[in-house]
Amino acid sequence: MIGAFIDGPFWYFSLGVFCIGVLFRLFSILRVGLKPDLALPRGSGSSGALRNLFSLFLPRRDVATRGRLTLVAGYLFHLGLFALLFFARPHVDFYAERITGFGWPALPYWGFIISAEIAFIGLLLLWLHRLLHPVTRLLSTADDHIATGLVFLVMLTGCLALAQSFEPLRLLHLFLAELLLIYFPFSSLMHTFTFAFSRSYSGAVMGRKGVNA
Amino acid sequence: MEHDFAKGVEELGLQIDSRIAAYFSSCIHCGLCAEACLFYTETDDPRYTPIYKLEPMRRLWKAQHTFWGKFAVKLGLSKPLTEQDFADWEELVYDSCTMCGRCSMVCPVGNDIAYMIRKEREGFSSAGYSPVGMQEATHRALTIGSPMGVTLKTLRAALAHVEKDTGLNIPMDQQGADYMTLFSSMEIVNFPEYIESLARIFAAAGVSWTISSEAFEATNSGIQIGSHQAAAELVGRVVNAAESLGVKYVISPECGHAYSAIRWEGPNLIGRPYRFQVIHILELLDELQKSGRLQLSGHTDTPLTFHDPCQIVRRGGVVESPRDLLGKVASGFVEMADHGTMNWCCGGGGGVSANERAEELRLKVFDRKRKQLDELGVTTMVTACANCRIVLEEGIEDREMNVEVIGLTELLAEHLLLPEKRTD
Ligand code: SF4
Ligand code: SF4
Repeated sequence: MIGAFIDGPFWYFSLGVFCIGVLFRLFSILRVGLKPDLALPRGSGSSGALRNLFSLFLPRRDVATRGRLTLVAGYLFHLGLFALLFFARPHVDFYAERITGFGWPALPYWGFIISAEIAFIGLLLLWLHRLLHPVTRLLSTADDHIATGLVFLVMLTGCLALAQSFEPLRLLHLFLAELLLIYFPFSSLMHTFTFAFSRSYSGAVMGRKGVNA
Repeated sequence: MEHDFAKGVEELGLQIDSRIAAYFSSCIHCGLCAEACLFYTETDDPRYTPIYKLEPMRRLWKAQHTFWGKFAVKLGLSKPLTEQDFADWEELVYDSCTMCGRCSMVCPVGNDIAYMIRKEREGFSSAGYSPVGMQEATHRALTIGSPMGVTLKTLRAALAHVEKDTGLNIPMDQQGADYMTLFSSMEIVNFPEYIESLARIFAAAGVSWTISSEAFEATNSGIQIGSHQAAAELVGRVVNAAESLGVKYVISPECGHAYSAIRWEGPNLIGRPYRFQVIHILELLDELQKSGRLQLSGHTDTPLTFHDPCQIVRRGGVVESPRDLLGKVASGFVEMADHGTMNWCCGGGGGVSANERAEELRLKVFDRKRKQLDELGVTTMVTACANCRIVLEEGIEDREMNVEVIGLTELLAEHLLLPEKRTD
């Protein structure tokens, strides 16, 4: 009964909240408005925006040294999670069945295990750093911890579900993922989408000024 | 200054645009921006983390622009901003940020924190929470015409000296000249050799130029303190003078924030594009050099390095010109490990040097520059901003270092090939 609810209506509900919430958040950023820049540009804003959107994936020397731990942990977590989310066999099947209608090649089992380990190490390092480093401790809000905690639980139950192929664990994993989807638009997890805005806005200004960043 | 909390909060709210909304939405509180800011790296005080300096604005954004924030306000669960927050953050907003924008370069989600601080200062200055030194400088700029109190009389006296020393005539209020030159007060008072260098270079290169008696001051205290009204008034004076003289270009001097103010913020402040173009003196010298009008002779082989003024290079886009020019006259030019758009700031820009209260902190964070220079081992540093120059000189003196600071324009003037010796 609960299983059917999690698999059915609650899934659609959480997906709906996620999609509408994300769109609303993006809309509410654009709605605030931005005054046009009247200064005579030296370079192109749009190519600056595009450049910054991608160039920031590579860290600058200075942060690569002083902020090495955050950076390495950040890469491990994001790359591992990306691989799990889009290339773990059960996920590919799930998307094909419920969303896209088509599948794509999935990671082999050992690939899944490595990605999961990488993502776990990254996430735990980031969380520890958040708790222990004076700067991140000062900056962190309850939202940062809730979001990290939820992602951690979703990943954990996901791994357990895969290893045991035990139905209640699959449902628990799905249920937590659904909670995460609902929480997503209200949290800093929104950076998954808004980073493109931030990078492009800054890049456009730099591009207009002729700074190749 | 009177405190007007409500006005400050209202102004702060008005500053939140799509960029700022996207930035706050994106921040993941990773703390990487701290590693790029000399106020944090040299003190290890987490309060100096760039994004933390924006906490008052973040709270306002949250309350006004987010679902949870609005919800919490409705239920009376959120803590509204108080005067105490302004009082507590004033030091972070003004004393510990030069708006150098180094943090903006490293943020993984691309937040332009320096832009946000510039906006946050609008709210703080409206509320009356700004350093007394900066308030006085802004007042002098609006009433006397210069933040340092330099009058037309003082300028004329400085120009008379230059005319005597060079034997050249310095054009004033010349209708229809190609270029109108601006100065920063710091140059008129502390570095008149800049004016002399310009006069000599322009004479040699045959540049048609003038100075306006109505608007010769380039620094803009309105930008630094965060008052768009004051900033617009100051820019407006330059625009009126340039447009009534009918010049084609206005030359921004070797002063970083002056350049940002007149080149990038000015048209937005007055609400229309200019009927002339703004060019930084280094861009102009580079152009003159490349077209062969400015000819240089000889070079120095003293090992020297270049301190990139943040507002000219990282925030202004004049990155290659100083290097091209230096390459022509200095064979011993070496770059610091972090240079160009990633250079560390001098610690005194953005009005920090006009804020006496910040002096101790400013001298402390100068250690960043000291380390850069120690690593390189050179004893000559060239720069292109009068404010950087004075701040660097003070830091060097305080740390008892053996480093000489010179202006790039002067260095070029020292290697000027005079027309009579030219072969063209
Ligand atoms: S580096 Fe960017 S994302 Fe990280 S804390 Fe600073 S502003 Fe936020
Ligand atoms: S703009 Fe410069 S001084 Fe200000 S917070 Fe960023 S790095 Fe620090």
